[in-house]
Amino acid sequence: MSSITTPTSSPGGGSSKAADALDQLDQRFHPAAGLRKQFNKVFPTHWSFMLGEVALYSFIILLLSGTYLALFFDPSMEEIVYNGPYDPLRGVHMSRAYESALEISFEVRGGLFMRQVHHWAALLFVASMIIHMFRVFFTGAFRKPRETNWVIGIVLILLGTFEGFTGYSLPDDLLSGVGLRIASGITLTVPVMGTWVHWALFGGEFPGTEIIPRLYIIHVLVLPGIILALIAVHLGLVWYQKHTQFPGPGRTENNVVGVRIMPQFAAKGGAFFAVTAGVICLISGLFQINGIWHLGPYDASHISAGSQPDFYMLWSEGMARIFPPWEFYLFDTYTIPSAFIPTAGFLPVLFLVAAAYPAIERRFTGDDAIHNLLQRPRDVPVRTALGAMAISFYLWLVMCGFNDWIALFFHISLNATTWAGRLGLLIVPPIVYWVTYRWCLGLQKSDRAVLEHGIETGIIKRLPHGEFIEVHQPLAGVDSHGHPIELEYQGTSVPKRMNQLGSAGEPVPGSLLSPDPADETRALARARHEVHERELAERDERAAARRELESRREELSGRPDDGGRPQQPGD
Amino acid sequence: MSPEQLARLAGELDEVEVVHNTPAFPIPGTRAEKRAERSVALWFVISALSGLAFVVAFIWWPWEYVNVGEPGYTIYSMYTPVIGFTFGFSILALGIAVIQAVKKLFPHEVSVQQRHDGPSDELDRRTVIAQLTDAGKGTTLGRRKLIIRSAGLAATVVGIGTGVVALGGIIRNPWAEGDEAPLWHTGWRPENGETVYLRTDTGILSEIARVRPEDMEPGSMMTVFPYRESERGNEEELLHAQRASDAPVMLIRLRPGTVVNPRPGQEDFNYGDYYAWSKVCTHVGCPTSLYQAQDNRILCPCHQSQFLATEDAMPVFGPAARPLPQLPITVNDEGYFVAVSDFVEPVGPAFWERPKTT
Repeated sequence: MSSITTPTSSPGGGSSKAADALDQLDQRFHPAAGLRKQFNKVFPTHWSFMLGEVALYSFIILLLSGTYLALFFDPSMEEIVYNGPYDPLRGVHMSRAYESALEISFEVRGGLFMRQVHHWAALLFVASMIIHMFRVFFTGAFRKPRETNWVIGIVLILLGTFEGFTGYSLPDDLLSGVGLRIASGITLTVPVMGTWVHWALFGGEFPGTEIIPRLYIIHVLVLPGIILALIAVHLGLVWYQKHTQFPGPGRTENNVVGVRIMPQFAAKGGAFFAVTAGVICLISGLFQINGIWHLGPYDASHISAGSQPDFYMLWSEGMARIFPPWEFYLFDTYTIPSAFIPTAGFLPVLFLVAAAYPAIERRFTGDDAIHNLLQRPRDVPVRTALGAMAISFYLWLVMCGFNDWIALFFHISLNATTWAGRLGLLIVPPIVYWVTYRWCLGLQKSDRAVLEHGIETGIIKRLPHGEFIEVHQPLAGVDSHGHPIELEYQGTSVPKRMNQLGSAGEPVPGSLLSPDPADETRALARARHEVHERELAERDERAAARRELESRREELSGRPDDGGRPQQPGD
Repeated sequence: MSPEQLARLAGELDEVEVVHNTPAFPIPGTRAEKRAERSVALWFVISALSGLAFVVAFIWWPWEYVNVGEPGYTIYSMYTPVIGFTFGFSILALGIAVIQAVKKLFPHEVSVQQRHDGPSDELDRRTVIAQLTDAGKGTTLGRRKLIIRSAGLAATVVGIGTGVVALGGIIRNPWAEGDEAPLWHTGWRPENGETVYLRTDTGILSEIARVRPEDMEPGSMMTVFPYRESERGNEEELLHAQRASDAPVMLIRLRPGTVVNPRPGQEDFNYGDYYAWSKVCTHVGCPTSLYQAQDNRILCPCHQSQFLATEDAMPVFGPAARPLPQLPITVNDEGYFVAVSDFVEPVGPAFWERPKTT
């Protein structure tokens, strides 16, 4: 500390130079206390907490790769004749936007790779947001005080979907043009204001010449700006409210058990970014996506069979496919088109229900307490079953979005897949609800059984009077009658295999070919054990000192009666 | 204080208790430690090598487009996979190296930090409310209803004004032309008495291929666009006629003897076995491209609406609710198909202002 605040003038030496730089910095911005606080921040660790990180890292990759693509892309609907190196399209009339997308694919070194990075990262961005939402939902992480962040997350998924749609509409090839045509048709279906909104968006009849430049500015500035701001608030709230944690040894509603930002969390965060980026680049190099040159430019009279949007649009596509042709007329002068209810009418409702879920649950359970400990899905059967039901509803719609492929691959009548979609959407979710609910109860019982009787060892024993019993390993030993001591369930996972208690021992340390010298292994184990013992002793000392301090403080404040009040258990 | 003590103090100042921070290798120089160190370094080296391979491939691998089947195509087609793999793998290996370092070399840590949730201190809560109340009182706005109301008026009007500025230029009236509004009409509407021919797309814009009955086999379908002789040679007009979203029409020659049940008032829209229906789906506007001669079904591949040609393109399955509008056609004295008039109803997806027509 002194080297930061005390001016140093010793010449040379990397560390003294660094200290000098820090000192200069501190004299101007005095960040020492603030930085220490942030470096000290403790984060709980669990693999599922990385899902949101993946979304964040994908978004950073989207910003970087998108900026690069914007250097080459020209969002113009000016009609030109293609004259580039790709033979099949030479001489074809197309928009300048499509031509520049082809240029990126064929004439920019590494341009196709970058396009594919952008597209794959977009898929991963939305996918990881959705999976992250599942994690937050099923563990109850959205409960008070974190409802705001849940709502921000729902908005981010909605915006991410639109960001993806505006993005894949830009190349103006046949596939994206058909997607835009559908979006135009959906816009028209909105009662009262549909045509006006359509004229505002497209500047006239579909397609006009304004939609691509407008989608472009929405895609590269408006939506990313809002998404970035919301991500900042989302992360800021996680930081400020501190992360939730799963129940476990020493973990309470009032603390966070994990690793500090420095060094572990920061190093791992950086590494996870690299892993995300590396995997996206690998996929993008090896798996082609959206080959925009295959189908040619958009043309209102052309279509290819088996056209699907990106996956995050598939469920609305599925709904549009299976919904019955229910069209309503008012006084024979006004129409509520059949496509309205399953698309523009239905999606906003779903997002509203999702955003309102924390409030709905609070209303039904009456639970107004602050929760920092997560729940295991099995312990909240109704919520878990509702979530599973929602996922089955979603996935069913996704499958309806590619029913033509199902019909093709499995040689089923196309109309049969549509009817299966209609009926299944009504039948499958309730079944999933019931199965999940029962499943949760079964898992609860299984946990209780182990806590009550112990782990099944797989050993069958024959008693002297001929009865066969299975030997159980009690988790907490046996009482004086030889009965297992029952343990209380504490909301965390219960060991169910003997190996989880270490019955299989540990692998011998060593390389693939030879074990380490036995004396070294023993010495290391002993040293680790000593450090651990010392840490335990130190912790007890600190706890004693804290208790001492606490009782002194209370004596001085004149409330000696409360001196012996039991503390919140520290472990 | 020693550096260790200072580091511990740093934690305590922020209510962080490091309960467990065991060095991975408390005894330096063991074989296990060297092996851990080597394995981490190995990943870093792999990352560097892969990165180097990426740079080399990015610069020297043939990257300029080669058409399928031409010499050098295979090498070219490997460009993106090669740079993607080397670049991706170098980043991935870097990440793996750092994770390995954290797992194998960093101390194994368990720290506990206290939370401070819930409401603020009572003192803070009450003072901030009092502060706001006091500030409000000082302005004396509470008893000046006139100021509040006039300010509300001004804010509302300025807000509306801002909205007008923001949206004014974007909003356009779809019905500005009244009966001539674009949603009521298509490019098939005869103008100035000029004949509108049915033209097919040969792939070459300037090549005019007007359709005659003998151009089609029974049970076949052809996509046609409006064409006027005044457009000959005018690429822009030709392109516009062909690309307009409401122009595409399916000209279908049914098999002889197929009985069609026409909609009332449209009994003479066909020419013998030749029927022309709008190709724009009445659901959300995809082209209904798939005509199946065997059972006279027309299918839209987007959402699988199906229309029955023998029922004058009535929807028989899927989400579309209205039949495909029929274009009245005939054959003129030159022997070419011509449109008698525009469609008698709006084509494509429905909208609020569309009256019920069927």
